[in-house]
Amino acid sequence: MTRTHVSATVNGDPAEFLSDPGTTLLDALRDELGLTGAKEGCGSGDCGACSVIVDGRLVCACLMLAAEAEGRRIETIEGMADGSTLHPLQRQFLEHAALQCGFCTPGMLVATKALLDANPDPTESETRYWLAGNLCRCTGYDKVIRAVMDAAAELRQVRV
Amino acid sequence: MTQLDYVAPTSADEAAAALAAGGGAARALAGGTDLLVQLRSRRLKPGLIVDLKRIPGAIGVREENGDFVVGAATPGAVIGEHEALAKAWPGVVEAARLIGSTQIQGRASMAGNLCNASPAADSAPALIAARAICVIVGPAGRRAAPAEAIATGPGRTSLALGEFVFEIRLPARPARSADAYLRFIPRTEMDIAVVGAGVNLTLDGDGAVVDARVALGAVGPTVIVAEAAAAALIGGRLDEATLARLDEAARAACRPIGDKRGTAEYRTKIAGVLARRAAVIAYARAKARAGEDA
Repeated sequence: MTRTHVSATVNGDPAEFLSDPGTTLLDALRDELGLTGAKEGCGSGDCGACSVIVDGRLVCACLMLAAEAEGRRIETIEGMADGSTLHPLQRQFLEHAALQCGFCTPGMLVATKALLDANPDPTESETRYWLAGNLCRCTGYDKVIRAVMDAAAELRQVRV
Repeated sequence: MTQLDYVAPTSADEAAAALAAGGGAARALAGGTDLLVQLRSRRLKPGLIVDLKRIPGAIGVREENGDFVVGAATPGAVIGEHEALAKAWPGVVEAARLIGSTQIQGRASMAGNLCNASPAADSAPALIAARAICVIVGPAGRRAAPAEAIATGPGRTSLALGEFVFEIRLPARPARSADAYLRFIPRTEMDIAVVGAGVNLTLDGDGAVVDARVALGAVGPTVIVAEAAAAALIGGRLDEATLARLDEAARAACRPIGDKRGTAEYRTKIAGVLARRAAVIAYARAKARAGEDA
Protein backbone atom coordinates (compact mmCIF):
# COMPACT_ATOMS: atom_id res chain seq x y z
CA MET A 1 0.00 0.00 0.00
CA THR A 2 1.41 3.35 -1.02
CA ARG A 3 0.54 6.49 0.86
CA THR A 4 -0.56 9.26 -1.44
CA HIS A 5 0.78 12.77 -1.05
CA VAL A 6 -2.08 15.25 -1.33
CA SER A 7 -1.80 19.02 -1.86
CA ALA A 8 -5.00 20.99 -1.53
CA THR A 9 -6.23 24.41 -0.46
CA VAL A 10 -8.04 24.28 2.86
CA ASN A 11 -9.86 27.43 4.00
CA GLY A 12 -7.69 29.51 1.69
CA ASP A 13 -4.35 28.13 2.85
CA PRO A 14 -2.22 25.50 1.14
CA ALA A 15 -2.34 22.18 2.97
CA GLU A 16 -0.33 19.03 2.42
CA PHE A 17 -0.81 15.61 3.92
CA LEU A 18 -0.22 11.93 3.33
CA SER A 19 -3.19 9.60 3.03
CA ASP A 20 -3.79 5.91 2.71
CA PRO A 21 -5.76 5.07 -0.43
CA GLY A 22 -8.91 4.16 1.49
CA THR A 23 -8.85 7.16 3.82
CA THR A 24 -11.79 9.50 3.50
CA LEU A 25 -11.42 13.25 3.23
CA LEU A 26 -13.21 13.45 6.58
CA ASP A 27 -10.60 11.30 8.31
CA ALA A 28 -7.77 13.26 6.68
CA LEU A 29 -9.26 16.60 7.77
CA ARG A 30 -9.74 15.38 11.33
CA ASP A 31 -6.68 13.18 11.86
CA GLU A 32 -4.02 14.65 9.56
CA LEU A 33 -4.95 18.33 9.59
CA GLY A 34 -6.53 18.53 13.05
CA LEU A 35 -9.71 20.11 11.70
CA THR A 36 -12.26 18.36 13.88
CA GLY A 37 -15.24 20.60 13.14
CA ALA A 38 -16.61 18.23 10.50
CA LYS A 39 -18.08 15.26 12.35
CA GLU A 40 -18.70 11.66 11.49
CA GLY A 41 -22.34 10.93 12.24
CA CYS A 42 -23.24 8.06 9.96
CA GLY A 43 -20.27 7.61 7.62
CA SER A 44 -22.64 6.83 4.76
CA GLY A 45 -23.74 10.23 3.47
CA ASP A 46 -27.10 10.31 5.21
CA CYS A 47 -26.63 12.77 8.09
CA GLY A 48 -24.58 15.68 6.69
CA ALA A 49 -22.54 16.22 9.88
CA CYS A 50 -19.35 16.03 7.76
CA SER A 51 -20.51 18.64 5.21
CA VAL A 52 -17.68 20.55 3.53
CA ILE A 53 -17.50 22.60 0.34
CA VAL A 54 -15.18 21.29 -2.38
CA ASP A 55 -14.57 23.56 -5.38
CA GLY A 56 -17.80 25.37 -4.52
CA ARG A 57 -19.94 22.23 -4.18
CA LEU A 58 -21.43 21.02 -0.93
CA VAL A 59 -20.40 17.39 -0.33
CA CYS A 60 -20.13 14.85 2.47
CA ALA A 61 -16.47 14.52 3.42
CA CYS A 62 -17.16 10.93 4.49
CA LEU A 63 -18.06 10.02 0.89
CA MET A 64 -14.90 11.39 -0.68
CA LEU A 65 -11.45 9.89 -0.60
CA ALA A 66 -8.68 12.13 0.70
CA ALA A 67 -6.69 11.31 -2.43
CA GLU A 68 -9.45 12.86 -4.55
CA ALA A 69 -8.77 16.22 -2.89
CA GLU A 70 -5.53 16.73 -4.82
CA GLY A 71 -5.57 20.30 -6.18
CA ARG A 72 -9.06 20.96 -4.86
CA ARG A 73 -10.29 23.96 -2.88
CA ILE A 74 -11.83 22.84 0.39
CA GLU A 75 -13.86 24.97 2.81
CA THR A 76 -14.66 23.70 6.29
CA ILE A 77 -16.42 25.15 9.33
CA GLU A 78 -13.03 26.28 10.66
CA GLY A 79 -12.83 28.85 7.85
CA MET A 80 -16.25 30.33 8.40
CA ALA A 81 -15.62 32.94 11.10
CA ASP A 82 -13.36 35.88 10.28
CA GLY A 83 -10.92 35.62 13.19
CA SER A 84 -13.02 36.18 16.28
CA THR A 85 -15.90 37.69 14.29
CA LEU A 86 -18.57 35.10 13.74
CA HIS A 87 -20.25 34.66 10.37
CA PRO A 88 -23.86 35.97 10.49
CA LEU A 89 -25.08 32.37 10.21
CA GLN A 90 -23.06 31.39 13.28
CA ARG A 91 -24.33 34.39 15.21
CA GLN A 92 -27.97 33.73 14.26
CA PHE A 93 -27.64 30.07 15.24
CA LEU A 94 -26.55 31.26 18.68
CA GLU A 95 -29.25 33.93 18.95
CA HIS A 96 -32.00 31.48 17.98
CA ALA A 97 -30.51 28.69 20.10
CA ALA A 98 -30.62 26.60 16.93
CA LEU A 99 -28.65 23.80 18.51
CA GLN A 100 -28.63 21.62 21.55
CA CYS A 101 -25.89 18.99 21.52
CA GLY A 102 -24.15 20.76 18.63
CA PHE A 103 -22.97 17.66 16.79
CA CYS A 104 -24.84 18.52 13.60
CA THR A 105 -24.13 22.25 13.81
CA PRO A 106 -20.88 22.52 11.83
CA GLY A 107 -22.52 20.58 8.99
CA MET A 108 -25.67 22.70 9.20
CA LEU A 109 -23.61 25.89 9.05
CA VAL A 110 -21.44 24.78 6.13
CA ALA A 111 -24.52 23.54 4.26
CA THR A 112 -26.44 26.77 4.81
CA LYS A 113 -23.42 28.85 3.84
CA ALA A 114 -23.34 26.93 0.55
CA LEU A 115 -27.06 27.66 0.14
CA LEU A 116 -26.71 31.40 0.75
CA ASP A 117 -23.62 31.61 -1.48
CA ALA A 118 -25.74 30.17 -4.32
CA ASN A 119 -29.08 31.75 -3.42
CA PRO A 120 -29.07 34.84 -1.15
CA ASP A 121 -32.87 34.90 -0.90
CA PRO A 122 -34.14 31.34 -0.45
CA THR A 123 -37.72 30.60 0.56
CA GLU A 124 -38.30 28.63 3.72
CA SER A 125 -39.33 25.67 1.61
CA GLU A 126 -36.12 25.86 -0.48
CA THR A 127 -34.11 26.07 2.73
CA ARG A 128 -35.82 23.00 4.20
CA TYR A 129 -35.22 20.97 1.03
CA TRP A 130 -31.61 22.13 0.84
CA LEU A 131 -31.08 20.90 4.42
CA ALA A 132 -32.85 17.56 3.89
CA GLY A 133 -29.45 15.85 4.10
CA ASN A 134 -28.52 17.45 7.44
CA LEU A 135 -30.04 15.52 10.30
CA CYS A 136 -30.51 17.00 13.76
CA ARG A 137 -31.92 14.80 16.50
CA CYS A 138 -32.33 17.62 19.05
CA THR A 139 -33.92 20.77 17.70
CA GLY A 140 -36.78 19.72 15.46
CA TYR A 141 -35.27 22.02 12.78
CA ASP A 142 -37.56 25.00 13.35
CA LYS A 143 -35.00 27.13 15.11
CA VAL A 144 -32.41 26.18 12.52
CA ILE A 145 -34.67 27.36 9.73
CA ARG A 146 -35.46 30.62 11.55
CA ALA A 147 -31.76 31.25 12.12
CA VAL A 148 -30.99 30.67 8.44
CA MET A 149 -33.81 32.94 7.25
CA ASP A 150 -32.65 35.75 9.57
CA ALA A 151 -29.01 35.32 8.57
CA ALA A 152 -30.02 35.43 4.90
CA ALA A 153 -31.94 38.68 5.50
CA GLU A 154 -28.98 40.13 7.37
CA LEU A 155 -26.55 39.18 4.60
CA ARG A 156 -28.80 40.75 1.98
CA GLN A 157 -28.72 44.00 4.00
CA VAL A 158 -24.93 43.92 4.09
CA ARG A 159 -24.78 43.39 0.36
CA VAL A 160 -26.96 46.41 -0.46
CA MET B 1 -4.97 -6.08 5.93
CA THR B 2 -6.25 -5.89 2.38
CA GLN B 3 -4.01 -3.95 0.07
CA LEU B 4 -5.76 -1.01 -1.54
CA ASP B 5 -4.41 1.38 -4.15
CA TYR B 6 -5.82 4.53 -5.71
CA VAL B 7 -5.03 5.87 -9.16
CA ALA B 8 -6.45 8.85 -11.05
CA PRO B 9 -5.58 8.37 -14.72
CA THR B 10 -5.90 11.26 -17.14
CA SER B 11 -7.15 9.33 -20.16
CA ALA B 12 -9.95 6.84 -20.68
CA ASP B 13 -7.60 4.25 -22.19
CA GLU B 14 -5.29 4.46 -19.18
CA ALA B 15 -8.29 4.00 -16.90
CA ALA B 16 -9.38 0.89 -18.81
CA ALA B 17 -5.84 -0.52 -18.67
CA ALA B 18 -5.68 0.12 -14.92
CA LEU B 19 -9.08 -1.49 -14.33
CA ALA B 20 -8.11 -4.51 -16.44
CA ALA B 21 -4.77 -4.89 -14.64
CA GLY B 22 -6.57 -4.67 -11.31
CA GLY B 23 -8.73 -7.61 -12.27
CA GLY B 24 -11.92 -8.37 -10.40
CA ALA B 25 -10.74 -6.39 -7.38
CA ALA B 26 -10.61 -3.08 -9.26
CA ARG B 27 -13.48 -0.59 -9.09
CA ALA B 28 -14.14 2.56 -11.09
CA LEU B 29 -14.88 5.64 -8.97
CA ALA B 30 -17.13 8.43 -10.22
CA GLY B 31 -19.00 10.32 -7.46
CA GLY B 32 -18.36 7.57 -4.93
CA THR B 33 -21.72 7.91 -3.17
CA ASP B 34 -22.34 4.17 -3.52
CA LEU B 35 -18.74 2.92 -3.73
CA LEU B 36 -17.55 4.58 -0.52
CA VAL B 37 -20.54 3.28 1.41
CA GLN B 38 -19.76 -0.26 0.20
CA LEU B 39 -16.10 0.23 1.05
CA ARG B 40 -16.91 1.32 4.57
CA SER B 41 -19.43 -1.43 5.24
CA ARG B 42 -16.83 -3.91 3.93
CA ARG B 43 -19.40 -5.33 1.56
CA LEU B 44 -16.73 -4.60 -1.00
CA LYS B 45 -12.99 -5.04 -0.55
CA PRO B 46 -11.44 -3.65 -3.70
CA GLY B 47 -7.70 -3.82 -4.32
CA LEU B 48 -7.68 -0.82 -6.63
CA ILE B 49 -9.81 2.27 -7.04
CA VAL B 50 -9.61 3.96 -10.43
CA ASP B 51 -10.87 7.52 -10.14
CA LEU B 52 -12.41 8.62 -13.46
CA LYS B 53 -12.75 12.31 -12.62
CA ARG B 54 -9.35 13.43 -13.95
CA ILE B 55 -10.18 12.19 -17.45
CA PRO B 56 -11.10 15.11 -19.72
CA GLY B 57 -14.83 14.93 -20.45
CA ALA B 58 -15.67 12.81 -17.39
CA ILE B 59 -17.38 15.78 -15.76
CA GLY B 60 -19.62 18.03 -17.81
CA VAL B 61 -22.43 18.18 -20.34
CA ARG B 62 -21.90 19.03 -24.00
CA GLU B 63 -24.01 19.13 -27.16
CA GLU B 64 -22.93 17.22 -30.25
CA ASN B 65 -25.10 17.36 -33.38
CA GLY B 66 -28.24 17.64 -31.30
CA ASP B 67 -27.19 14.86 -28.92
CA PHE B 68 -26.43 15.70 -25.32
CA VAL B 69 -23.34 13.97 -23.95
CA VAL B 70 -23.09 13.66 -20.18
CA GLY B 71 -19.69 12.65 -18.76
CA ALA B 72 -19.69 9.60 -16.51
CA ALA B 73 -18.82 11.48 -13.32
CA THR B 74 -21.02 14.54 -13.88
CA PRO B 75 -22.80 15.18 -10.58
CA GLY B 76 -26.52 15.82 -10.31
CA ALA B 77 -25.96 19.44 -9.33
CA VAL B 78 -24.10 20.10 -12.62
CA ILE B 79 -26.76 18.25 -14.61
CA GLY B 80 -29.46 20.41 -13.01
CA GLU B 81 -27.67 23.63 -13.85
CA HIS B 82 -27.47 22.85 -17.59
CA GLU B 83 -30.44 24.78 -18.95
CA ALA B 84 -30.43 23.37 -22.49
CA LEU B 85 -30.31 19.81 -21.15
CA ALA B 86 -33.11 20.52 -18.67
CA LYS B 87 -35.22 21.93 -21.50
CA ALA B 88 -34.60 19.04 -23.89
CA TRP B 89 -34.71 16.20 -21.33
CA PRO B 90 -36.71 17.39 -18.33
CA GLY B 91 -37.50 13.83 -17.24
CA VAL B 92 -33.88 12.70 -17.23
CA VAL B 93 -32.83 15.81 -15.33
CA GLU B 94 -35.60 15.54 -12.72
CA ALA B 95 -34.71 11.88 -12.18
CA ALA B 96 -31.02 12.67 -11.68
CA ARG B 97 -31.96 15.50 -9.30
CA LEU B 98 -34.07 13.22 -7.12
CA ILE B 99 -31.07 11.18 -6.02
CA GLY B 100 -30.14 11.94 -2.42
CA SER B 101 -29.55 15.18 -0.58
CA THR B 102 -27.85 18.40 -1.66
CA GLN B 103 -24.55 16.87 -0.51
CA ILE B 104 -25.14 13.71 -2.57
CA GLN B 105 -26.10 15.87 -5.56
CA GLY B 106 -22.65 17.45 -5.33
CA ARG B 107 -21.10 14.08 -6.21
CA ALA B 108 -23.53 11.42 -7.44
CA SER B 109 -23.57 10.70 -11.19
CA MET B 110 -26.03 9.01 -13.55
CA ALA B 111 -23.37 6.59 -14.83
CA GLY B 112 -22.67 5.56 -11.26
CA ASN B 113 -26.38 5.20 -10.63
CA LEU B 114 -26.67 2.88 -13.68
CA CYS B 115 -23.57 0.84 -12.82
CA ASN B 116 -24.50 0.43 -9.15
CA ALA B 117 -27.38 -1.52 -10.69
CA SER B 118 -29.94 -0.97 -7.97
CA PRO B 119 -33.41 -1.90 -9.25
CA ALA B 120 -34.64 1.34 -7.61
CA ALA B 121 -32.04 3.67 -9.20
CA ASP B 122 -33.94 6.86 -10.03
CA SER B 123 -32.06 7.90 -13.15
CA ALA B 124 -32.23 4.45 -14.76
CA PRO B 125 -35.91 4.42 -15.87
CA ALA B 126 -35.59 7.99 -17.17
CA LEU B 127 -32.42 7.20 -19.13
CA ILE B 128 -33.91 4.01 -20.52
CA ALA B 129 -37.14 5.77 -21.52
CA ALA B 130 -34.93 8.38 -23.20
CA ARG B 131 -33.15 5.66 -25.22
CA ALA B 132 -29.86 6.84 -23.75
CA ILE B 133 -26.73 5.21 -25.11
CA CYS B 134 -23.77 4.43 -22.88
CA VAL B 135 -20.32 4.82 -24.39
CA ILE B 136 -18.28 2.09 -22.73
CA VAL B 137 -14.49 2.16 -22.72
CA GLY B 138 -12.53 -1.01 -22.14
CA PRO B 139 -9.20 -2.66 -22.93
CA ALA B 140 -10.50 -3.63 -26.39
CA GLY B 141 -11.60 -0.08 -27.22
CA ARG B 142 -14.97 1.60 -27.23
CA ARG B 143 -18.43 0.23 -27.69
CA ALA B 144 -21.91 1.61 -27.34
CA ALA B 145 -24.75 -0.04 -25.46
CA PRO B 146 -28.27 1.08 -24.64
CA ALA B 147 -28.77 2.12 -21.02
CA GLU B 148 -31.02 -0.90 -20.36
CA ALA B 149 -28.14 -3.26 -21.23
CA ILE B 150 -25.97 -2.12 -18.29
CA ALA B 151 -27.72 -3.67 -15.28
CA THR B 152 -28.33 -7.42 -15.48
CA GLY B 153 -29.64 -7.86 -11.93
CA PRO B 154 -29.41 -6.22 -8.53
CA GLY B 155 -25.78 -5.09 -8.15
CA ARG B 156 -24.71 -6.85 -11.36
CA THR B 157 -23.76 -5.34 -14.72
CA SER B 158 -22.88 -6.51 -18.20
CA LEU B 159 -19.56 -4.64 -18.11
CA ALA B 160 -16.59 -6.90 -18.88
CA LEU B 161 -13.28 -6.81 -17.03
CA GLY B 162 -11.66 -3.41 -17.47
CA GLU B 163 -14.77 -1.79 -18.93
CA PHE B 164 -16.47 1.31 -17.57
CA VAL B 165 -19.20 3.68 -18.74
CA PHE B 166 -17.45 6.83 -19.89
CA GLU B 167 -20.32 8.86 -21.35
CA ILE B 168 -24.07 8.83 -21.55
CA ARG B 169 -25.51 10.12 -24.82
CA LEU B 170 -29.06 11.37 -25.08
CA PRO B 171 -29.95 11.16 -28.77
CA ALA B 172 -31.45 14.06 -30.69
CA ARG B 173 -35.17 13.55 -31.18
CA PRO B 174 -37.89 15.39 -33.06
CA ALA B 175 -39.43 18.63 -31.82
CA ARG B 176 -42.70 18.07 -29.95
CA SER B 177 -40.98 15.56 -27.70
CA ALA B 178 -40.59 15.50 -23.94
CA ASP B 179 -40.11 13.13 -21.05
CA ALA B 180 -41.02 12.89 -17.38
CA TYR B 181 -40.00 10.81 -14.38
CA LEU B 182 -41.97 10.21 -11.21
CA ARG B 183 -41.17 8.07 -8.23
CA PHE B 184 -43.16 7.15 -5.20
CA ILE B 185 -41.59 7.36 -1.74
CA PRO B 186 -43.47 7.45 1.55
CA ARG B 187 -42.02 10.86 2.47
CA THR B 188 -41.05 13.98 0.54
CA GLU B 189 -37.25 13.67 0.35
CA MET B 190 -34.24 11.43 0.92
CA ASP B 191 -35.69 8.01 0.24
CA ILE B 192 -35.41 5.10 -2.14
CA ALA B 193 -38.06 4.64 -4.83
CA VAL B 194 -40.84 2.18 -4.03
CA VAL B 195 -41.70 2.51 -7.73
CA GLY B 196 -40.31 4.79 -10.45
CA ALA B 197 -41.76 5.51 -13.90
CA GLY B 198 -40.13 7.24 -16.86
CA VAL B 199 -42.15 8.18 -19.94
CA ASN B 200 -40.75 9.68 -23.14
CA LEU B 201 -43.13 10.89 -25.87
CA THR B 202 -43.08 12.43 -29.32
CA LEU B 203 -46.21 14.04 -30.77
CA ASP B 204 -47.23 14.82 -34.34
CA GLY B 205 -48.38 18.27 -35.45
CA ASP B 206 -51.94 17.49 -34.35
CA GLY B 207 -50.98 16.44 -30.85
CA ALA B 208 -51.25 12.67 -31.34
CA VAL B 209 -48.54 10.49 -29.82
CA VAL B 210 -46.36 9.03 -32.59
CA ASP B 211 -43.58 7.59 -30.44
CA ALA B 212 -43.56 6.50 -26.81
CA ARG B 213 -41.36 4.67 -24.39
CA VAL B 214 -42.26 3.65 -20.86
CA ALA B 215 -39.70 2.34 -18.33
CA LEU B 216 -40.57 1.16 -14.83
CA GLY B 217 -38.15 1.01 -11.88
CA ALA B 218 -38.24 -1.03 -8.65
CA VAL B 219 -40.85 -3.44 -10.00
CA GLY B 220 -38.38 -6.09 -11.17
CA PRO B 221 -34.72 -7.08 -10.77
CA THR B 222 -33.84 -4.55 -13.46
CA VAL B 223 -35.75 -1.66 -15.05
CA ILE B 224 -38.66 -2.95 -17.13
CA VAL B 225 -39.23 -1.50 -20.60
CA ALA B 226 -43.00 -1.75 -20.81
CA GLU B 227 -43.52 -2.07 -24.55
CA ALA B 228 -47.24 -2.76 -24.40
CA ALA B 229 -47.67 0.29 -22.19
CA ALA B 230 -45.86 2.43 -24.76
CA ALA B 231 -47.93 0.90 -27.57
CA ALA B 232 -51.10 1.85 -25.69
CA LEU B 233 -50.11 5.51 -26.00
CA ILE B 234 -49.43 5.52 -29.74
CA GLY B 235 -51.99 7.35 -31.85
CA GLY B 236 -53.79 8.78 -28.84
CA ARG B 237 -54.06 12.15 -27.17
CA LEU B 238 -54.02 10.75 -23.65
CA ASP B 239 -57.76 10.65 -23.16
CA GLU B 240 -59.08 8.64 -20.24
CA ALA B 241 -59.45 5.42 -22.27
CA THR B 242 -55.84 5.65 -23.47
CA LEU B 243 -54.59 6.27 -19.93
CA ALA B 244 -56.59 3.31 -18.64
CA ARG B 245 -54.94 1.06 -21.25
CA LEU B 246 -51.52 2.46 -20.31
CA ASP B 247 -52.23 1.82 -16.62
CA GLU B 248 -53.30 -1.77 -17.28
CA ALA B 249 -50.33 -2.53 -19.56
CA ALA B 250 -47.87 -1.01 -17.08
CA ARG B 251 -49.28 -3.14 -14.27
CA ALA B 252 -49.13 -6.23 -16.46
CA ALA B 253 -45.41 -5.64 -17.09
CA CYS B 254 -44.49 -5.56 -13.38
CA ARG B 255 -42.88 -8.47 -11.57
CA PRO B 256 -41.91 -6.91 -8.24
CA ILE B 257 -40.81 -8.39 -4.98
CA GLY B 258 -42.61 -7.43 -1.80
CA ASP B 259 -40.47 -6.00 0.97
CA LYS B 260 -40.59 -3.49 3.81
CA ARG B 261 -40.98 -0.60 1.36
CA GLY B 262 -44.01 -2.04 -0.39
CA THR B 263 -45.83 -5.25 -1.14
CA ALA B 264 -45.76 -6.64 -4.66
CA GLU B 265 -49.48 -5.81 -5.08
CA TYR B 266 -48.93 -2.23 -3.92
CA ARG B 267 -45.95 -1.70 -6.20
CA THR B 268 -47.88 -3.04 -9.16
CA LYS B 269 -50.83 -0.74 -8.50
CA ILE B 270 -48.54 2.30 -8.04
CA ALA B 271 -46.65 1.51 -11.24
CA GLY B 272 -49.86 1.98 -13.21
CA VAL B 273 -50.66 5.23 -11.43
CA LEU B 274 -47.16 6.67 -11.91
CA ALA B 275 -47.04 5.64 -15.58
CA ARG B 276 -50.31 7.52 -16.14
CA ARG B 277 -49.17 10.63 -14.28
CA ALA B 278 -45.73 10.68 -15.91
CA ALA B 279 -47.37 10.30 -19.34
CA VAL B 280 -49.67 13.26 -18.63
CA ILE B 281 -46.70 15.40 -17.58
CA ALA B 282 -44.58 14.35 -20.57
CA TYR B 283 -47.51 15.04 -22.90
CA ALA B 284 -48.07 18.54 -21.50
CA ARG B 285 -44.36 19.29 -21.79
CA ALA B 286 -44.22 18.04 -25.38
CA LYS B 287 -47.21 20.22 -26.28
CA ALA B 288 -45.61 23.23 -24.61
CA ARG B 289 -42.38 22.64 -26.54
CA ALA B 290 -44.35 22.28 -29.78
CA GLY B 291 -45.93 25.66 -29.00
CA GLU B 292 -42.53 27.25 -28.49
CA ASP B 293 -41.11 25.82 -31.72
CA ALA B 294 -44.12 26.82 -33.82
